[in-house]
Amino acid sequence: MTKQEPIIRLENVHKYYGDYHALRGITAEIGQGEFFSLLGPSGCGKTTLLRAIAGFEDISSGAIMLGGKNMEGVAPNHRPTNMVFQSYAIFPHLNVEQNVAFGLRKSGMSAADKTRAVGQALEMVGLGGYGARAAHALSGGQRQRVALARALILKPKVLLLDEPLSALDKKMREVMQVELIKLQREVGITFILVTHDQEEALVMSDRIAVMFEGEIAQLDDPERLYRRPVSRRVGEFIGMMNLLEGSLAHSGGYSVDIAGLGRADIAPEQVVGSGAAGAVSIGLRPETLSILFDDDPKSARTAQGVVDEVVYYGDMTYYDLRLDGAARPVRISMRNVVGRPVLEVGARARVSWDPRAFTVFT
Amino acid sequence: MKGQSLKIYVILYLVFLYAPIVLLPLFAFNSGTVIAFPLQGFTFGWFIEVFTTQALLEATRNSVFIAVSVAVLSTCFGLFAARAATRYNFPAKGGIVGFVMLPLVLPEIIVAVSLLVVLIQAGLSTGIWSVIAGHVLICTPFSIAILQGSFTNMDKSLEEAAVDLGETPLSTFRLVTLPLVAPGIIASLLICFTISLDEFIIAFFLSGNEPTLPVYIWGLLRFPARVPVIMALGTLLVALSIILLITAEYFRRRGLRRAGKRDVGGFL
Repeated sequence: MTKQEPIIRLENVHKYYGDYHALRGITAEIGQGEFFSLLGPSGCGKTTLLRAIAGFEDISSGAIMLGGKNMEGVAPNHRPTNMVFQSYAIFPHLNVEQNVAFGLRKSGMSAADKTRAVGQALEMVGLGGYGARAAHALSGGQRQRVALARALILKPKVLLLDEPLSALDKKMREVMQVELIKLQREVGITFILVTHDQEEALVMSDRIAVMFEGEIAQLDDPERLYRRPVSRRVGEFIGMMNLLEGSLAHSGGYSVDIAGLGRADIAPEQVVGSGAAGAVSIGLRPETLSILFDDDPKSARTAQGVVDEVVYYGDMTYYDLRLDGAARPVRISMRNVVGRPVLEVGARARVSWDPRAFTVFT
Repeated sequence: MKGQSLKIYVILYLVFLYAPIVLLPLFAFNSGTVIAFPLQGFTFGWFIEVFTTQALLEATRNSVFIAVSVAVLSTCFGLFAARAATRYNFPAKGGIVGFVMLPLVLPEIIVAVSLLVVLIQAGLSTGIWSVIAGHVLICTPFSIAILQGSFTNMDKSLEEAAVDLGETPLSTFRLVTLPLVAPGIIASLLICFTISLDEFIIAFFLSGNEPTLPVYIWGLLRFPARVPVIMALGTLLVALSIILLITAEYFRRRGLRRAGKRDVGGFL
């Protein structure tokens, strides 16, 4: 991300479908060369916002500035954006080469230049030599690559991706995630990705806008989003979050009394919401608690509990641990290390905890 | 035993369906003027007469001209209506589409009589043009029904992708929409052509002194000696239909092969 003028500026964008308020005052700036994600559950307005940037939806009020120009009334074919559609929208009556060259029709390039550009674009997405392949003879991953090549060949200022990986199987999705990151770094074009998959957003993005009900709930880089969600809802939407009951006290500094763990002092930035003292939920990620095995060094803060459930993932094991004095079990993720046993259901375990990792939702 | 009786049923059914058509060429090549067994000699005479009867050629020309015009016009109207109905939402859409489709179930005799009344009231003459208008009215719903299927099967984002890649709505229609609904367009052209070609009631009321082929044939029936000529004409029409059907099916299958789709349905 550079410090230049943002390539896209969204200014208080509203969109109504009849009575339905789909976008409610979206304001954001997206930098040149940034990998930006719009993340949210279905119906949160993320696709509507993407289509508004592309020009397929008119906005009811506000402004979409693209490269410093207001895009109001500018048709999609005149905007410096290109889109990769969820269905890929590969033209079935054209072969791979014709699909990729589609946007060059009005470029005024010579046939030889076009052929070279198409070749380069296909090479870039790893489909060199596939030019003559018929559209229907492509696998899901290949279609995705053709759609990327077709959009990128026009060198848009912004590439819009509408859930581009949702149609792929898990393995292919992981491969394409890494390839998309590499590709974006290579071409330096701003990517805006719409996704409902929080893991995908965390893996790929420079910054993520989490959207609920047509509003941006939080706009942050992946790490801050994960570590410091601004609300309980964001925290629960991004990754897994344990919620423990407790009470907040405020006398000089903040301190919390957490059921099952005990009392601890808390920094002010860890408290989100009103900050009022009283009953609160304390959010903690599964990796912030760790089970102590006999050879672990003595930890300052420990708690006891009983293993309620064991979920073995190969590289990791998830334990649901019922802390003594807590109403619900907490999920703890532990790396599997050679020589360390996987605990059985019903076993007693000791955990260490660090209050700096907690977020207090008031 | 159950399989046996079903087999007999199918055979009887097919005989009932196709025996009259098999009789057509049989009598067309029979030298006797009476349509009855036993057959007499073999002759090409009736066919020669088909090609030398001026009035018949005239009627055929009228019919083909009308059918081609109707096929093209109805398919154009059908294309616009089907795209509007599948791609856009507008007030009273259901009602408007319903009214456009109504001639599909309206008795043709009603349509024919009303059109004739309107034409006379408006002081317009009847003839080829009024028949074309009437046939477009009844063929357009068929065209819409066929093309709506084509548009529904087509991914909406294909058109958006073309616009996104810099094409205007018009060039998108030419470069993407048209090629993708082409099988539907061909089917619509063929169906409308066929419907118009053998339509009788509207043509009878509205053709004035420019009879179409069905109207002319109906007129011939009053002269028993001319019946074998009708047989010969019928034979030619059946042959033409079969060729047309095979051609259509060939293009349909080729289209499917190119799109890599599995063959389901179709005429044959």
